Amino acid sequence: MPAFPKKWLAVLLVLAVVIPLLQPVLPDIVSNYRLFLVSTMIIASIAVLGLNLLTGFNGQISLGHGAFYAVGAYTAAILMDRLNVPYWATLPAAAIVCFIVGYLFGLPALKLEGHYLALATFALALAVPQILKYKWLEDLTGGVQGIVLLKPEAPFGLPLSEDQWLYYFCLVVMVFLYWGAANMLNSRSGRAMMAIRDQPMAASTMGIDLALYKTVTFGISAAYTGIAGALSASAIAFVAPDSFTIFLSIKFLIGLVVGGVGSLAGSVVGGIFYVLVDNSAQALSQFVRNDLGVPFDLSAYTVFGVLLVALMYLMPMGIVGGVYLAVRRLRSQR
Amino acid sequence: MKTNRRSFLGGVSTAAVLTASGSAFAQKKYDDGATDKEIKIGHTNPYSGPASSYGVIGKGLEGYWKMVNDRGGINGRKVDFITRDDAYSPPKTVEVVRQLVEQEKVLCLFNTLGTPTNTAIHKYMNQKKVPQLYVATGASKWGKPKEFPWTMGYQPDYHTEAVIYAKHILANVKDAKIGVLMQNDDYGKDYWGGFEEGLGKDIGKVVKRVTYETTDPTVDSQIIQLKDSGANVFFNIAIPKFAAQAIRKIADLGWKPMQYLNNVSSSVASTLRPAGIENSQGIITALYLMDPTDKQWNDNADMKTWSAWMDKYMPGANKNDGNYIFAYSVAFLMEQTLKKCGDNLTRANVMKQAANFQKQRVPLLLPGITVSTSPTDFYPIQSVQLASFKGETWNLFGDIQSAEGS
Repeated sequence: MPAFPKKWLAVLLVLAVVIPLLQPVLPDIVSNYRLFLVSTMIIASIAVLGLNLLTGFNGQISLGHGAFYAVGAYTAAILMDRLNVPYWATLPAAAIVCFIVGYLFGLPALKLEGHYLALATFALALAVPQILKYKWLEDLTGGVQGIVLLKPEAPFGLPLSEDQWLYYFCLVVMVFLYWGAANMLNSRSGRAMMAIRDQPMAASTMGIDLALYKTVTFGISAAYTGIAGALSASAIAFVAPDSFTIFLSIKFLIGLVVGGVGSLAGSVVGGIFYVLVDNSAQALSQFVRNDLGVPFDLSAYTVFGVLLVALMYLMPMGIVGGVYLAVRRLRSQR
Repeated sequence: MKTNRRSFLGGVSTAAVLTASGSAFAQKKYDDGATDKEIKIGHTNPYSGPASSYGVIGKGLEGYWKMVNDRGGINGRKVDFITRDDAYSPPKTVEVVRQLVEQEKVLCLFNTLGTPTNTAIHKYMNQKKVPQLYVATGASKWGKPKEFPWTMGYQPDYHTEAVIYAKHILANVKDAKIGVLMQNDDYGKDYWGGFEEGLGKDIGKVVKRVTYETTDPTVDSQIIQLKDSGANVFFNIAIPKFAAQAIRKIADLGWKPMQYLNNVSSSVASTLRPAGIENSQGIITALYLMDPTDKQWNDNADMKTWSAWMDKYMPGANKNDGNYIFAYSVAFLMEQTLKKCGDNLTRANVMKQAANFQKQRVPLLLPGITVSTSPTDFYPIQSVQLASFKGETWNLFGDIQSAEGS
């Protein structure tokens, strides 16, 4: 997959920084709600990036990243609720906790390959909401009632709304995490990770410690997703077991596959896609029923499913892969 | 007001009309979501995901507002009812509710469903000062006007209901040894909390309490444990599927305790028929709504109106589903609230009117049960009547039991 041109990246970043400041001029277009929506997209794309590190770059399939997201969210929530830790300080804590959980889970998972690993992680995702309700943990997690939190406010008296501030906060975290991931992937360790994905036997012949790399990658991947979870706890200002059902893990996987497996830009596209489509599927199904006059009561998930099938058929390498192929074809025609 | 303006319109010149309507406008007050022509109401409901069986409530509400609009709306304004799927996922609820409030600019939210989902937006709605009215959950935390003046419940809360069962047990069963089956979540705990309170110092009479998860396939092993505990009273805090399993298993085991069934599962069609009518004889529950499958209401005027509405606006829908009864009754209360607002459709006035019902009769509530609210009482329905199952219907007995002031 090609590297994203630096020039465009800079332009996008400048736009991402400037546009929210236009709120006083364009209050309808740059509304607080839209900023909140973009923040959730950023959070989703960080979670998808975490999964991508594991699945896309290291070849281990996980159906359970919702579990790490939940652990990150609860770590942040408990720290804020019990110890009055400021929201920004919960991110490193969530990262460390999730790294440890991910690393430990990675140890036994080493013995599992492909589909078996997918099943083991699936079980993890199913178990976590139940564990959160468990009576010994209930004092800490609030059981089914969850934990209600306060929304972060802009510091130093900055004249920003809560949503503007949250957006910038998420943006900075995302840029930092992507920069870290890009550097890691371009390093010796990154190449080792990808070598394990492509040819584990060759990789181990070259002296790469498979067990170490796989478990550490599992840990880093979990830490990334955990940070996303911690951010979401601040953004939603509420955590409950119902927020982390198995569907969450599946949505991350959908985001990953749709965006582009093994592509950093694909993770961003995947995060955006999953929030956007999840959001508009219902509107679309109503549109099909009311405006196109189709007499079926299509559920939002049906529309979502049809979209996915169509997309996978047209762009089997994900949106980023598809766009790249299309651009290359256009160029070669000229 | 309205007729005055109309008669003006008939007679006088355009200029005069403009001034006249100008003065009429001065008395109308609107917040976001209300105009001369329409009132926007927001709603969330799980149409997909694990709790999607509640989706019928949203469909029923849509049908009710359609009827209201067909007969001319509320004080001449059409109701624009915007319902969104939140899949029973709290983060999703936050997202769609923010969309409803900030993008669609609804006047108020109405009957948003679920305890965790409503908890996620509780603070937000009160910060934004947008009414979160008649939420579809029986948790006891929705009636706190001091801390949350923009949020109000609807149905009798679980806590109160359980207090009533506990008192009935203490008064009627000698040497009660109570076994409790309970769903392991907030709903189960709310009931249990009320039951504990109702028993008071007699809490020791509970000899065994077992829980289940909604993901369990059956509750057979839990029922066996309860039977082995030697209990002679059984309190069934379970949703229909599991409540029915429990009743059936009790009959299979030949255990004959006195059975109390929570209102959540009082539907004849979804609990007692699957459990077996013969196994359900003598079970006691507390009711506040009429059951559509209960033949004693066949000639009731409310029920006939409801049935005609179902035929016209919900063709093909399952008329045995009590959720449609719930939807119809709660939407009626919302309609009354907005009607009372008149031309003053501000959010503050909506809350003021919602907190100002004196013995308001709402169709399909049991005879004698009414809605009363006040600025300090945000629990609209607080009365239930006990009923025991006989033949194929619930037989109401005793007085209407209220927990006003609790």
